[in-house]
Amino acid sequence: MSKERIKIAPELFEIMPPEYQDLVDRATYGNETRGWKDIGNAKELIEEHSLCAGCPESMAFRYILASLPNPEDTVMVGSTGCTSLVFPHVAVHNIHSLFGNQNAIASGLKRALSVRFPDRHKDVVVLAGDGATVDIGLDMTLQAWFRQEKFTTICFDNELYANTGGQESGLMQKGFVAKMAPVGKTFEKVRLPEIARESGCHYVVNCTVSKPNLVEKVIKNAIHVAREIGPTYLQLYTPCILEIGKNSMEGLQEMRDSEKPTERFAYKEYVSEPAKELLTEIAAKEKERKAAAKKQLASQGA
Amino acid sequence: MTTRYKVMPGPEHFLPPSAASMGNSLPDPGQGHIHGSIVPEEQAMEEAAKQFLAAKVPTIFPGPLVLWAWNEKAAKKAKAIRHLFETLKDCVASTQTPMLIPMPDYRPKYPKINPEIEINPNHPNLTIWHNKIDACIFVGVHCHQANLSLKIIRGGTDCYTIAMCAQAGHEDAMLSVRDTTADKILRLADWVKKLKGTVEPPK
Ligand SMILES: Cc1ncc(C[n+]2csc(CCOP(=O)(O)OP(=O)(O)O)c2C)c(N)n1
Ligand code: SF4
Ligand SMILES: [Mg+2]
Repeated sequence: MSKERIKIAPELFEIMPPEYQDLVDRATYGNETRGWKDIGNAKELIEEHSLCAGCPESMAFRYILASLPNPEDTVMVGSTGCTSLVFPHVAVHNIHSLFGNQNAIASGLKRALSVRFPDRHKDVVVLAGDGATVDIGLDMTLQAWFRQEKFTTICFDNELYANTGGQESGLMQKGFVAKMAPVGKTFEKVRLPEIARESGCHYVVNCTVSKPNLVEKVIKNAIHVAREIGPTYLQLYTPCILEIGKNSMEGLQEMRDSEKPTERFAYKEYVSEPAKELLTEIAAKEKERKAAAKKQLASQGA
Repeated sequence: MTTRYKVMPGPEHFLPPSAASMGNSLPDPGQGHIHGSIVPEEQAMEEAAKQFLAAKVPTIFPGPLVLWAWNEKAAKKAKAIRHLFETLKDCVASTQTPMLIPMPDYRPKYPKINPEIEINPNHPNLTIWHNKIDACIFVGVHCHQANLSLKIIRGGTDCYTIAMCAQAGHEDAMLSVRDTTADKILRLADWVKKLKGTVEPPK
């Protein structure tokens, strides 16, 4: 992998808007150690976004992009919702699907990519809101898992339909009153992580996005497992600060409060046996790579 | 067919029809079209050069297929486009301002586009209005995005649109040639050079 694929024609370089020039000069593509620490330096990791100021989705989005192990060969599939406002700023191939259809689109895409590029890893990552994943798209979500489609599904769980003004979603908490759901939710938050496990996902995590290094780890794990073994699912709490009446600075605290051991976003993980084996193997290789790099650095210094 | 929908500079109206739906067909190899009428390719090239020499702000809009060096062919086309632009600058009067503005992306730009330095197919009129562009060439833009854009331009501006298409031509442009290669772009530059001084420049 490298930046070879994003070269601007030299004769037209100077007329390109600066963000594209910077993308080519400073993208992290091809850098094996890319991760959340590159945020702020690399153009493809979103500088500007059009979400509400302080929306945790904007940070979650950056962490995900920074953690993709293979960004040049990754296609993300989005759905309607607040996330779809960010995709135009993202320098990773992406498809906007009809609301709820994201896992069906991703299934076809992944299969087509496997046929077209049999010798290359092509990762497909779905990123959609809870309304798209759990309500309108639940059929597509589950069927993809039943069929063992090899891609990662990420749900930005903000516990309501944010983009349309705050309607009730399956992932909303029982009793919650939103702007467009004044009666209050009458049934429990759908337990999609458990359903994912029972539906055949090999790696499932339920957490908040308060810790970038943790998000990086779970994204990488989920993508590697999906690539080699089968479907994976991440449910990430990205509170809609607008709808729950918090201001821009309060998103992080909201996530910290919700991830306490007794709360609904306490870290929960399920890893199937084959996935465990794979992740152990990857961890061992990573350790070797780090040791070799350290050795090389030491020999250069000597 | 005797009656043909004439694809003319607008503003036509909010939603102009697609020329194909009005019965206009695409040129065959070796041909082009002017306002929807099929003509020999060389005639279309000559007319394109004339339109550019007569415009106040003749502008080339290169799209992603030529802005990015996907392969050797794309890089050659980019070189030819640069040559066309330099030729144009040499051949126009001081009252004319040729421009070269990229269409690097098809995705809508949020929160806003900078119309001074780029064009976007979802709202191309903004760039045309801002720079007062009265004639433009699309080159290296994928078919669907070009057609969408050409219709919006026809709907809301009076800009003369020319499409140098790598495939079968664009019926939604006012003038189009097909099977565009780097050589064909260089030939258009030759036409501009040849016609220099023969077209009344704008006041
Ligand atoms: C087929 C279809 N149905 C309904 C809508 C309207 N719609 C747009 S966004 C949205 C809710 C999105 O909620 P969610 O998936 O939770 O994303 P969020 O905005 O909360 O991030 C709905 C219902 C649509 N765009 N398309
Ligand atoms: S409405 Fe909510 S989820 Fe959407 S951008 Fe604003 S804070 Fe974020
Ligand atoms: Mg939501």
